[in-house]
Amino acid sequence: MTDNTLIFPVLVHLFTAIVTLFFWRKTVSQRVISIMGSVVAMGVSIELFAKVWTGGILTLQAAGWDAPFGISFVADVFSSSMVLLTSFSGFAVSLYSATGVARGRMLYGYFPIFHFLLMGLNGAFLTGDIFNLYVWFEVIIIASFVLMTLGGRKAQIEGSVKYMAMNILASTFFLTGIGILYGITGTLNMADLSLKIGALENRKLVDITAIFFVIGFGIKSAVFPLYFWLPSSYHTPPSAVAAVFGGLLTKVGIYALFRIFTLIFIPDDFLSTLLIVLAIFTILTGTFGAVIKNNIRRVFSYLIVCHIGFMIGGLGMYSEIALTGALFYLFHDILVKTNSFLIAGLIRKLRGTMNMDKLGGLYAEYPLLSLLMAIVLFSLVGIPPLSGFWPKIYLFEAGFMDHHYLLIGAIIIGSFATLYVITNLWAKVFWKDQTTATGEELLTDDFKPMTRFRKALLVTPIAFLAAITLYIGLGAENITLVVQHIAREMKDPSPYVEAVLGTNVSP
Amino acid sequence: MEIVLVLLIGILYASGIFMLLRRSMVKLLIGLTLLGNGANLLIFLLGGITKGKPPVIDTAAKLFTDVYADPVPQALILTAIVISFGLQAFAIVLLKRVYVLVNSDDLDDLNTPEEEDI
Repeated sequence: MTDNTLIFPVLVHLFTAIVTLFFWRKTVSQRVISIMGSVVAMGVSIELFAKVWTGGILTLQAAGWDAPFGISFVADVFSSSMVLLTSFSGFAVSLYSATGVARGRMLYGYFPIFHFLLMGLNGAFLTGDIFNLYVWFEVIIIASFVLMTLGGRKAQIEGSVKYMAMNILASTFFLTGIGILYGITGTLNMADLSLKIGALENRKLVDITAIFFVIGFGIKSAVFPLYFWLPSSYHTPPSAVAAVFGGLLTKVGIYALFRIFTLIFIPDDFLSTLLIVLAIFTILTGTFGAVIKNNIRRVFSYLIVCHIGFMIGGLGMYSEIALTGALFYLFHDILVKTNSFLIAGLIRKLRGTMNMDKLGGLYAEYPLLSLLMAIVLFSLVGIPPLSGFWPKIYLFEAGFMDHHYLLIGAIIIGSFATLYVITNLWAKVFWKDQTTATGEELLTDDFKPMTRFRKALLVTPIAFLAAITLYIGLGAENITLVVQHIAREMKDPSPYVEAVLGTNVSP
Repeated sequence: MEIVLVLLIGILYASGIFMLLRRSMVKLLIGLTLLGNGANLLIFLLGGITKGKPPVIDTAAKLFTDVYADPVPQALILTAIVISFGLQAFAIVLLKRVYVLVNSDDLDDLNTPEEEDI
């Protein structure tokens, strides 16, 4: 079914970005426009999701060129729910940015670039053409480079070099993969590729090509041997930026992995083993990194790596239950990771530091705020009945059914380490008395002198995301319906292929 | 013709990866550029090389009567070149900035311990 609603999430952000460009020096107007744009984007995304959920897969052929020749845009339940989650995160971050980002950064185009980034994300989720996916990835990385370097402090610039080099390398691998794929099939449309690759005799060639995509997306989503750039760059930009990066940028790599490896390259024994081994090492390395770090944002950065492993493991097992678990985790992770970086930023505002040894006593001073943060942190650990708990049941069940005991072991270690890390963080930041005996100057509180309105702007986005996280945890049966639907579509991609090719072949 | 391109692509990828593994930031940049050029040539090669048959079909012709060059790889390469041009321009400015701040071309010097950030 052709429908123009499909492209609105991309257009809304493009439009917002362009309008904010006209208010270059007027930061107040930029903030208002950005928040309004994000609200509209949220409305459009909800409408798109509702349409796809009730009416089935929507497609749009750019400029009316028929499917395998032109560029297709496709919204199935997976794409549209990713767009929906992006719009929630985007709204929270744009609200938080209004006070959380320094005015100097806004003067140099923080908001336009932020909306270009969200536009790129939505485009990547909605496209049905693999080269177009590459182009959207480039839109995302160039916008993220600017956000990463904006401000130009030394640590930030140093982090950006690693981030920039690894991301350009990843894009080159991705492009190489596309080149080979075009060489062996002569098409770029993902639905068409699904048919042509499936019919190919030479499976070794297919596996080799798939490895280029594993490397390309693996770097972007911080999978085991290629994750080093993430913890050495994500703690440097402002917290609002780190929240978008941590919540969405690594997840777009995961999205692409799920899309490519369920539609084009169906995991055979080799790919499945490869993904599971990568997942085990990703979980373990992320875990060990998180345990020893002392800066809150570095801890969260390593937890991102650790939890990426859960999703890759679910994809590697490639059964319907495993995919259900991995997707559920993906949904939960986008919101919780965005929120945890926002919380790190709020703690920085409250105390002027993110070093856990120097922090303390937050619970005594801000009990309600601490409880709000507790919801998010405990969801991250997955304490039942909060949202991180449900996907793990599915992952365990899938692991036992297909005898992937090593992966189960790694997931258990990863979960326990997350529990340890968060308990440690809770004890050090919230319960321990703040020590100032080390002779250092008293830490500053930027939060208290703020007006009520500015305080609300900082706390509301965290509460908003926490409420959605709570819903995912307590209303898990509804989320399960959605993810099971997606998992079924992934195991049998024929509805997707038919929606893209079928309706257009018949006159 | 193909074999020359195959060798050239191999050399570009190999030297690109080699340069990436060096410690100098300028060599990192050169490595990324070489890899990008290698990828573009790879698309060109795998798209199928057809000599002297432009993808323009006679207005009078109703049917394909001959093998024509495939225009898609060229469109892809053009897009990829433009994108990599933009990224490389950004990378050059970034590395210049790093050089000004750190006063070194060595990637191992990029380890300012900074625990406090906004």
